[in-house]
Amino acid sequence: MSQSSDGTTLLPALTGRRWPAGRVTGASGQHGQTAAKRVQFTSRLLPYLFLAPQLAIIFTFFYWPSAQAIHSSFYLEDPFGFGSTFVGLGNYTDVLKSGEYLGIARFTAIFTALVTFFALSIGLLLAVKADGVIRGNAAYKTLLIWVYAIAPPVAGLIGMMFFDQHIGPIVELARWFGWEIKVGLNYGDTAFAMIVVSVWKQIPYNFIFFLSGLQGIPVSVREAAAIDCRSELRRFWTVILPLLAPTAFFLLIINITYSLFDTFGVIDVMVKDKAANNPITLVYKVYMDGFRGNDLGGSSAQSVILMLVVFVLTIFQFRFIERRVHYN
Amino acid sequence: MIRKALLAAVTFAFSATTSLAATNISWWHGMAGRNGEVINEVAQKFNAAQSACVLTPVSKGTYEEALASGIAAFRSGEQPNILQVFDAGAATIINAKGAVIPAEDLITKAGYSFDRGAFIDGVRYFYADSDGKFVGMPFNSSAPIMYINDEALKKAGAEAPKTWEEFEAIAPKLKEAGYIPLVQSQLTWQFTENFFSRNNIQFATNNNGYDSVVDTTLKVTDPNLQMMFEKLKAWKDEGHFAFYGAGWADNQKVFEEGKAAFWIGSSGSFGGLQKTATMPFSATFLPYWEAIEGAGTNSFIGGAALFAMSGKPDEENKCVADFFQFLTSPEIQYFYHKATGYVAITKAAYELAEKDGYYKQTPVAEVGIKQLLLPAGEWSKGYRLGFYPQIREIMEREYGRIFSGETTVKDALETIEREGNELLARFAKTAG
Repeated sequence: MSQSSDGTTLLPALTGRRWPAGRVTGASGQHGQTAAKRVQFTSRLLPYLFLAPQLAIIFTFFYWPSAQAIHSSFYLEDPFGFGSTFVGLGNYTDVLKSGEYLGIARFTAIFTALVTFFALSIGLLLAVKADGVIRGNAAYKTLLIWVYAIAPPVAGLIGMMFFDQHIGPIVELARWFGWEIKVGLNYGDTAFAMIVVSVWKQIPYNFIFFLSGLQGIPVSVREAAAIDCRSELRRFWTVILPLLAPTAFFLLIINITYSLFDTFGVIDVMVKDKAANNPITLVYKVYMDGFRGNDLGGSSAQSVILMLVVFVLTIFQFRFIERRVHYN
Repeated sequence: MIRKALLAAVTFAFSATTSLAATNISWWHGMAGRNGEVINEVAQKFNAAQSACVLTPVSKGTYEEALASGIAAFRSGEQPNILQVFDAGAATIINAKGAVIPAEDLITKAGYSFDRGAFIDGVRYFYADSDGKFVGMPFNSSAPIMYINDEALKKAGAEAPKTWEEFEAIAPKLKEAGYIPLVQSQLTWQFTENFFSRNNIQFATNNNGYDSVVDTTLKVTDPNLQMMFEKLKAWKDEGHFAFYGAGWADNQKVFEEGKAAFWIGSSGSFGGLQKTATMPFSATFLPYWEAIEGAGTNSFIGGAALFAMSGKPDEENKCVADFFQFLTSPEIQYFYHKATGYVAITKAAYELAEKDGYYKQTPVAEVGIKQLLLPAGEWSKGYRLGFYPQIREIMEREYGRIFSGETTVKDALETIEREGNELLARFAKTAG
């Protein structure tokens, strides 16, 4: 149990989100009691004052740019700001009618699904295996976690070297099996490389969470299950996995947003600044049109569309998932 | 301790006021590595040569990032005095009427005379308006040229080709000798924009876009361009041409390693090649098609130009004019030419380099200028197209598809023309 308290203190700090109470029975019971005491402020303004710095940051870096993006998505604008023409929903219809954009959206969906699936399942597999290791488990854990400390562009750079057309070891390996990997040339090969690097980068994150989730499962429950059922696999499916559900669903959302947005660095490095006929995601398209093409209106419309996707995802998370997941 | 700190503060304040007596001007650019260092050296030379102005160069990353930063800064009134803008972004800044002071106006207003004829022909029009008035001051200028692996030619017993027909004739021999006959590094710049200029073919309506942004359309479905790409595809299938994607370096690498016979690169590449090439090399002009009537004209400059941003006080503009004047002096041009491999942009600088014996020592350095100095044709002066960086992206995508077998040349060019025209129409609306 001592390790699990590490896990729970780490989690809210990392994510800044409400963590389901009661996962760690011993410690959280006490926390629950102190939280139940209502804190009284002497002045009504004081709480707002305490909130002000945070609100100011959110307003400046989130609401203000969002409002700007929505505003400019209705205009066609000369980049230097001399003339802007109101075009209504023109930018949106242009984007949604473009076959190219829809193709990128399709790729983004497939990419997100595959990266999320593989990052979660491999992370879970490794966590289950590491959880079972008794001797030297600190060494295993460190080895599995350290990849997370690599910045995405660096991960992309390392991945690019592995998949380099001229010197990449993975390319040489694949050639042995008669597969010519041509990253940057062949759409499917580039997609494959991007997915591999993105998954590799995300596994440690999922591993940390799954491991602390596993260690939060009381030994008594495991022992009881072991008496009832001999099959380890069946015990995992019927006992361990349902108890891990809160962690898994939380990670599902995190991994989807990771695949949608945080893989930008990996993609940028892998396509080497030239998307050409390589697969890219929607976020990369926003960057290409806005920052390289200087089409502010079109790029804003695309980012508003992405904002809507995140909005829907958030609603889905709060309304659907958090209600249905059984937290103890 | 406090007294020391106070003393330091006072001395600092004094030194600050003395430098405040001079006018400070800023220069944002998109060059990194050695080329970025040379920019600092140029600025130091300018600051040392006079005392009225202090020029501070700031690297903003890549060309695209420099343009994006310049635009963002202009919108918030924080623009630099000088912004470096690359060839494909020229239409964006030139069509934003009021964002820049035309270099020619700036220089004449400062009391200098401006002679367009002093500049090399291939340099004169690309950053000028349709009347030929210089809007941007050409800075780092390059031309696409063909580098030659001398060993490969010797082994195959072949001569460097002037035309693509000659290339076709010797390609089998080079292949037999164990070489990849041809690689290139940028299909947009080398095989599209400069294909039109080297072969003297119209690229877009409205005088290649120079006359107006309204109703400008691409003419990339031109049968000659289609022929060029069908040839490239056929050469690739026969093993006479190799393609490693849109990345510049991936394609250059096989030439550096001595595996390819010819590489279409930039005249600015030779400085780097001297360090990386594993075999002796030389260079010649970008080939053209003998079969196309009137072909063999000059190519126009690639690279970037410097733009004087508007909204700045007169004394700062005067300093910018002083700097432009300094920059185009033969000595500085020659220094820059030697240090970077970019071509000299004035005739006087070219003559100086020649007199100094620079081209006898390194003949490759002269190829780019000679190509820019070839006789001009009606369509060899370049293009002025809005949202062109995005149009290039469409080309890169479609060309990639041609070589991966996902599309045919005809379909690819039709897609480029259709999507490119949509972008041009959008641009006309933003500029209107």
